Amino acid sequence: MTSPRVLILRAPGTNCDEETAFAFERAGATAERVHVNRLIENPALKDRYQILCLPGGFSYGDDIAAGRILATRLRQHLAEMVNAFVHGNGDRLVLGICNGMQVLMRLGVLTEGVGQQDTTPATLTWNNHGRFEDRWVHLAVDQTPCVFLQGVERMYLPMAHAEGKFVAADEATLGLLREQGRLAIRYAEGDQGDVQNEILPFPHNPNGADANVAGVCDASGRVFGLMPHPERHVDATQHPCWTRRSEQPEYGDGMVMFQNAVKWFA
Amino acid sequence: MPLWQIDIYPADGQIDREATRTAEEIAELGLGDQISVAFARSFLIQGDFVLAEANRLAETLLCDAVTERSVVAIAGQDSLNEPPGTQTTLVNVLPKPGVMDPVAASTIGAAQDAGFDVHAVRTLRKYWLGELDESSLDPICRRALSNDAIEQVVVGPLEMDQLDIGSPYSFELVTVPIRDLDDDGLAQLSREGQLYLTLVEMQTIRAHFVSLGRDPTDIELESVAQTWSEHCSHKTLAGRIHYRGPGLNDASVLDERQFDNMLKETIFAATQSIRKSLGDDDWCVSVFKDNAGVVTFDDDYHACFKVETHNHPSALEPYGGANTGIGGVIRDPMGTGMGAKPVCNTNVFCFAPPETDVESLPPGVLHPRRVMKGVVAGVRDYGNRMGIPTVNGAVYFDRRYLGNPLVYCGNVGMIPVGMEEKEVKPDDLIVAIGGRTGRDGIHGATFSSAELTSESESLSGGAVQIGNAITEKMVLDVLLQARDRGLYNALTDCGAGGFSSAVGEMGEEVGAEVWLDKAPLKYDGLNYTEIWISEAQERMVLSVPADSWDELRELCESEGVEAAVLGRFAPTGRLQLTYHGKVVGDIAMSFLHDGRPPVIRDAVYSPSPVEPLDVPELTAEENRESLLAVMGSLNVASKEWVIRQYDHEVQGGSVVKPLVGPQCDGPGDAAVIRPRMESHRGLVISCGMNPHYGDFDTYHMAASAIDEAMRNAVAVGADPSRIAILDNFCWGYTDRAETLGSLVRAAIACQDIAITLGTPFISGKDSLNNEFSFHNADGQRETISIPPSLLISAMGQIDDVSKAVTMDAKTAGNIVFLVGTTKDELGGSHLALVREWTGGDVPSVDSILAKETFLRIHEAIQNRWIRSCHDLSEGGLAVAAAEMAMAGGLGMKLDISKATTSGLNSTQFLFSESNTRFLVETVPANAGEFEGLLNSVGVPVCRLGTIEEDNQLVVTAADGVVMQVALTDAKAAWKKPLDWS
Repeated sequence: MTSPRVLILRAPGTNCDEETAFAFERAGATAERVHVNRLIENPALKDRYQILCLPGGFSYGDDIAAGRILATRLRQHLAEMVNAFVHGNGDRLVLGICNGMQVLMRLGVLTEGVGQQDTTPATLTWNNHGRFEDRWVHLAVDQTPCVFLQGVERMYLPMAHAEGKFVAADEATLGLLREQGRLAIRYAEGDQGDVQNEILPFPHNPNGADANVAGVCDASGRVFGLMPHPERHVDATQHPCWTRRSEQPEYGDGMVMFQNAVKWFA
Repeated sequence: MPLWQIDIYPADGQIDREATRTAEEIAELGLGDQISVAFARSFLIQGDFVLAEANRLAETLLCDAVTERSVVAIAGQDSLNEPPGTQTTLVNVLPKPGVMDPVAASTIGAAQDAGFDVHAVRTLRKYWLGELDESSLDPICRRALSNDAIEQVVVGPLEMDQLDIGSPYSFELVTVPIRDLDDDGLAQLSREGQLYLTLVEMQTIRAHFVSLGRDPTDIELESVAQTWSEHCSHKTLAGRIHYRGPGLNDASVLDERQFDNMLKETIFAATQSIRKSLGDDDWCVSVFKDNAGVVTFDDDYHACFKVETHNHPSALEPYGGANTGIGGVIRDPMGTGMGAKPVCNTNVFCFAPPETDVESLPPGVLHPRRVMKGVVAGVRDYGNRMGIPTVNGAVYFDRRYLGNPLVYCGNVGMIPVGMEEKEVKPDDLIVAIGGRTGRDGIHGATFSSAELTSESESLSGGAVQIGNAITEKMVLDVLLQARDRGLYNALTDCGAGGFSSAVGEMGEEVGAEVWLDKAPLKYDGLNYTEIWISEAQERMVLSVPADSWDELRELCESEGVEAAVLGRFAPTGRLQLTYHGKVVGDIAMSFLHDGRPPVIRDAVYSPSPVEPLDVPELTAEENRESLLAVMGSLNVASKEWVIRQYDHEVQGGSVVKPLVGPQCDGPGDAAVIRPRMESHRGLVISCGMNPHYGDFDTYHMAASAIDEAMRNAVAVGADPSRIAILDNFCWGYTDRAETLGSLVRAAIACQDIAITLGTPFISGKDSLNNEFSFHNADGQRETISIPPSLLISAMGQIDDVSKAVTMDAKTAGNIVFLVGTTKDELGGSHLALVREWTGGDVPSVDSILAKETFLRIHEAIQNRWIRSCHDLSEGGLAVAAAEMAMAGGLGMKLDISKATTSGLNSTQFLFSESNTRFLVETVPANAGEFEGLLNSVGVPVCRLGTIEEDNQLVVTAADGVVMQVALTDAKAAWKKPLDWS
């Protein structure tokens, strides 16, 4: 299998870059952590990579709003790079995790193609209770073109964010995204919970997101952002109740996302 | 140049969270029940552009198009003063000029990056308040909306037309005519100059300058005061102490000791003795000398650990105090050896009860609920942004923490083997990296030695700061790269005392010349002394060979980190300070570091006489009520509200989380992390503390704290022969012989227990004079002293994290054992607390038996015989059993008839807090082996019962059921007190 090269984008305040690189490497990719300033100095660096990953953290402190400043910087200086990964020849993948999803949402690449011209179709805003929360959440996968979620029905992953509530500008937008399978992964009620559109109560839906949305992909399924952290569940002992199990699986639930990404290039 | 104001409100139909939170806070503080609030976050932006541009700035950068709406106008214009709803009173809250405003700093950068001609930015918060009477406005502004230590309030329209702060500084050398001062004059100088030195110390300084035939400059005097401060030199505990107290074995025999250096002869001495007995197997690497204590971890890495306190700043500004407290302690491992990578944080807090009556607050004291919320938010925002998981902690409540809340912050780091030592080389450059220097935190080091008073807020507000975590994260990112490229010879963090302490310490052996005008400043107007002693956050000082400077500078620039050469470590043995070429200070390092007269103190310990406590045998119903009351008491109650606000899983190393069990809500005993993703070796982090025991006997309090930290670590799987511990003493006014005596007695306990257990102390820190004085309603001066508060933090190791154990009951039908001896030790217990009983014997530690017990529990865990294990602490067996069963979503049936033959009644047995005890669950097949192992070495073990499928905890004795409780009730009682919105 060819080993895809992953650009793990680093900025001031990025802090999940190492474990995300670890997860990709473990899945068979070659991951490099690259500071955004290096790419601005030398945009051609992008050509070395097949996967762009924006990891979690607090880029630029999440000052103003989560992901806003990094998104502004990417739009200002690296629009061509973003375009190459998101569109290009359609042969690359983009993954945003937590703060990375926040950046992708601010860039508009996850909700591209829906809503009126010059309007923002959807956003991520403060959790309903108004503060940061670290909690494991049950997730159910919808019928979706999302490359990272192929063959996945459910996952159990930790979330750790303050501004992760997905809000669509209107019902029509939400409906359109849903029909296209782009509301790819949803908070669910327990480990057997299914995809539901009615907003589930806290803590099943930990932030009050519309349609329980935890992650969104573009129309092609190659560009995906999610708020929960798959890289924090690649090993059995990361599971909060692993000591209750009599046997341990080889991998945690999140590993499959990184494996799917690598497999896509096989 | 125009000053734009951009107000950002929630869009129609969106929740106004900050308004809701504020209204709740106003109600909680008893300042008004039905006050309606509307909120806007707002930016003042000075920049050369027109309205259309300002609108574009709001739309593209500041405001969310879906959930927010903005109002954009020149500051002062009417459109900004139109109420968004029915509320009519406008309150603007702004950071005072010069206070760290991270959002403003980021906004300037982002706006400029996006091509806007922005010169200055300040953020503010706008509150619109509905119907309220005139008299409540001021208290609402002061207590709920702002903190005048760092913020200013403007009621009504904001009239501002520019943001510039600072004005040019014109140099003037100041000398202090100390040679002419008499003793009264010296005392006055010490107090009014915020030097907080003793008369003897002031006399020593006077004598020194008399001998030099000149007066000191202000910066020389400040340098001495910083270096000699309690915070930097620990002069009291490392001083000469004459101690007298009752004998440990026979109280009628006087225990009299003369220490030349109390800490060295007790706690350090214990470590030395342990290291000596370990010989070649010594696993301590660097103890009590660097910024953190270092021990071996694996072939490639050492682990280091430091715990600090940030009490005084947190009392005045809880958010900023805790924020910079965690920021500061993270820099300790970063500044240990050649620099460690931080891998987890710990936090322990002590507050007055959150339900404290607002009317009863002394002047100058913030309400404990506000203190707690601010402290938790401060730690959350810094730790989470740094990407360091906060994995372990505790919160204790006692009314005596009202004026002096305690905030202990810890950090563990990993350092490559071979990087644990550092050495400043002569002629190395002195390089500062990170944040700029401002007027923040001036006199923090000396202020921390002072007693707080109701006037502290106005006197020392400058010592309070807000941190900027991202600046520190950026420093960390480049620092580890610079370390691995070998670009410096030594480093340390800038903490209390700022450059003065950092450079003074690093240059102690060599000497240093510092060019103060080279320090990058946040704004104009700082004089040379302010530059020298500023405690501005997020700065590190490096000792850099001249030929590495270019590479280091380029590395820093490449990630946007500021670096500047401040001078060089000139091999002169002197500290020479210049400002634009003019000498402003020139002191011998020897006087600075060795000139301080020894502090000589008397210490007397006289414990209050033991009053008997005859705990009656309560009825089953009374036992049940007692259990629910203890579980619902603040110290025992669930801390989930705090824990979930911390990211405890970033870096991916989480193995045992703070909350365990199938519902992820059981109180884990200790955290287990894998600091290296590619390895299965783990670190175990735990703590122990019980201020209530100190009211009885500080010896047993200290011994119990060590035992608790140890058993917490052992319960999850730590190898007891590889646990290192840290001491943090927070005490009252130690100039009083009795107060110091209670501390010395605790230190003696630390020495005794550590040696017997073979558990070395590797680092420690003290915070003294935690007292609060005020004038009460009758005009009388009152002082509240904190209870003796010794925190023991433990860092253990586990060879394979897959052997770790959690405390939640696993499977119905499994066997439950009680390990350890239960005695009539209910003095200071939580049962006594909730039933308002006084007296009794406080728990003591049989450290020889403890050592054996820890070893055998570990052996059983290594053999994988233990399915769950929980330590017994506050609330004893009753609470431990209830927690274990409810965390597992199961029930438990226990028969204590065999165990109570020792003469204890069932209530005593259920609620005694005797040390070194565990509840252990095994599968039936391992029960015999487990019991046999403990029996074979004389560790008391008693088969008490079984895990049950139902949701009941049922305890029987010879006469039938002595306690039965539905665990849903127990859980509800346990979750209620701190289940905050």
